[in-house]
Amino acid sequence: MFTYAPAPESRSVVDIAPSYGLFIDGKFVPASGAGGVFKTVNPATEEVLAEVAAAGTEDVDLAVAAARRAFGPWSALPGAERAKYLFRIARIIQERSRELAVLESLDNGKPIKESRDVDLPLVAAHFFYYAGWADKLQYAGFGTTPLGVAAQVIPWNFPLLMLAWKIAPALAAGNTVVLKPAETTPLSALFFAEICQQADLPPGVVNIITGAGETGRTLVEHPDVNKVAFTGSTEVGRQIAQSVAGTGKRLTLELGGKAANIVFDDAPIDQAVEGIVNGIFFNQGHVCCAGSRLLLQESFAEEFLDSLKRRMATLRVGDPLDKNTDVGAINSAAQLERIRSLTQAGSEEGAERWSPPCELPAQGFWFAPTIFTGVTQAHRIAREEIFGPVLSVLTFRTPDEAVEKANNTPYGLSAGIWSDKGSLILAMADKLRAGVIWANTFNKFDPTSPFGGYKESGYGREGGRHGLEAYLA
Amino acid sequence: MPKSPAKVVPTTAAPSRLAVRKTYKLFIGGAFPRSESGRTYLVDGDNVALASRKDARDAVVAARKAQAKWAGATAYNRGQVLYRVAEMVEARRDEFVALGVPAAEVAAAVDRWVWYAGWSDKIAQVHGSANPVAGPFFNISAPEPTGVVGVVAPASFLGLVSVIAPAIVTGNTVVVLAAAPQAAVTLAEILATSDVPGGVVNILTGHAAETAPWLASHDDVNALDLTGVTDPALATDLERPRPAISSGCCARRPANRTSRPTPACTP
Repeated sequence: MFTYAPAPESRSVVDIAPSYGLFIDGKFVPASGAGGVFKTVNPATEEVLAEVAAAGTEDVDLAVAAARRAFGPWSALPGAERAKYLFRIARIIQERSRELAVLESLDNGKPIKESRDVDLPLVAAHFFYYAGWADKLQYAGFGTTPLGVAAQVIPWNFPLLMLAWKIAPALAAGNTVVLKPAETTPLSALFFAEICQQADLPPGVVNIITGAGETGRTLVEHPDVNKVAFTGSTEVGRQIAQSVAGTGKRLTLELGGKAANIVFDDAPIDQAVEGIVNGIFFNQGHVCCAGSRLLLQESFAEEFLDSLKRRMATLRVGDPLDKNTDVGAINSAAQLERIRSLTQAGSEEGAERWSPPCELPAQGFWFAPTIFTGVTQAHRIAREEIFGPVLSVLTFRTPDEAVEKANNTPYGLSAGIWSDKGSLILAMADKLRAGVIWANTFNKFDPTSPFGGYKESGYGREGGRHGLEAYLA
Repeated sequence: MPKSPAKVVPTTAAPSRLAVRKTYKLFIGGAFPRSESGRTYLVDGDNVALASRKDARDAVVAARKAQAKWAGATAYNRGQVLYRVAEMVEARRDEFVALGVPAAEVAAAVDRWVWYAGWSDKIAQVHGSANPVAGPFFNISAPEPTGVVGVVAPASFLGLVSVIAPAIVTGNTVVVLAAAPQAAVTLAEILATSDVPGGVVNILTGHAAETAPWLASHDDVNALDLTGVTDPALATDLERPRPAISSGCCARRPANRTSRPTPACTP
């Protein structure tokens, strides 16, 4: 096997300040101090990137008040004018996408080729898409009245993309927002705040407050918030649903998943292997819709696993800024710990563990791509979301058995079907209880396509025409 | 078309300097040829190419050649291209004002490009559907471009933009008979530098009454937009289906008069 010379992307395109305040009412302001400060680190090196303020109750009040003041004028603007602001933002993101991609890889640990070729193009496309809706709301079929102030809390796996999913439709519909990025990945949201300034977006329309769970709780529980949108764990989503109950606030939740990727024996093996690898090792498996359960038709399971292992042995794990890297760093020590404990449970419960030989850097948070075979439906690694580069392999004999096993989960976010037979794909798609179903591909996203889950994966849809519904009355 | 008070380009130099005048030519297949007929006519002191029926046919050939690839581009890509046109018109607002187009109308034209840019990836979501048929079939409907559209444009600049943008955003290509030649050719120069592939928009200057019948009777024109026809008799004549050519087996589908889609009226 040949080796690759290092091909690191330059980080000189990004200028990270040593410390950041909050972005409230169009300005960067120091936090009240009640929430303290925290450090955000590069998970690949554990180097501190910046010190960030944690917003306290007083700061959250200020941000919500700013959003409330901005709501009247912003919602009164003609849709065509709101559209032009969003088009501007989309254009600036396109122009600054290299810088933002490097920043995202530094703060999150994802490979530069993903942040550059997937995250950033999708972020810009999302703003373009919803910009076009701002003056066409009457064609979307969900009314044209915005809700008011939206409180939005996003996860760390796709920091800027999740921000786009939240902010673009909210603004297009005429709402104003207070958004809290995840505590391990606050930087790209703060850079986005600067983009709002660059676009001359009216003050208060977008407010970014940083912090951890407590800040998020204060924000979603704020009495002057009309809408709560959350992407993250099912556990936190449940708490939010609890606190929002009875308040009249509108709520959308995009939570966990345990997607089945189902491969029939007539699927082209090499393409399916690529898709399985992309399904679970893309973004280190930090993907709520990751294909974390591989369901293989028994008749060709061994042959398929040989191919899969051969392919996994060529995955390059390491420096996220290296353009050849396939799998980057695990986002945080806490997440690494969770992956370790769940995989240990997998071994203890009797599944067979395999990883390709792979040298991991000494510094930072790393986990080698791993598969478990001989997994049963009772195993924790088949039931719980690992949110890491870990694939659990099960087998099936008939399409009915595949459907039963695929649906045997509290989640219902996504699924994949691999087969040469179109009628089988359509029949399977009909029976799978998942919000997004990919056929002969996986992890493909587009702003025009609605995304969201069944059951414990949450409710509401983001993206597409349907994504407007959550922000209109 | 409001006449320009002076056909001076806004960026004039010192008074002693003799201005370089622009030659107004046709826009076919991404190039700026003169009329093959060699004819010109005088508009505000400018000699403007007077398109012939052969120019119209050349333009249809160019439009047809460009159509499949343009329709095959992603909706996102077509939206980006239209938005780029908006950016370029915005940058050259003064030029249109100098040609006598009111500033407010130029601004409205920019916004109209933006409006249609946004439709590129939404038209199928609004006008397409998944049809719940009562049988074991998978049934969806999606709007598709009709192909090459012959357009008789209204005299105003906003009118010109309002007939071109909706036709091309969905993947059609157009042959436009423009009424106000200088503004139309200036728009063509913008289109030529806005990533619009050659042949997607073709603009002919001259007399619509002379060239429109050739477009209307052309076998390779799929639809007609007669928004700019002011003579009712000509409109009726253009709308009338042409007789089938020779053997009865393949009577040509009459070119459709297309009214502007609803979105055009909204902003």
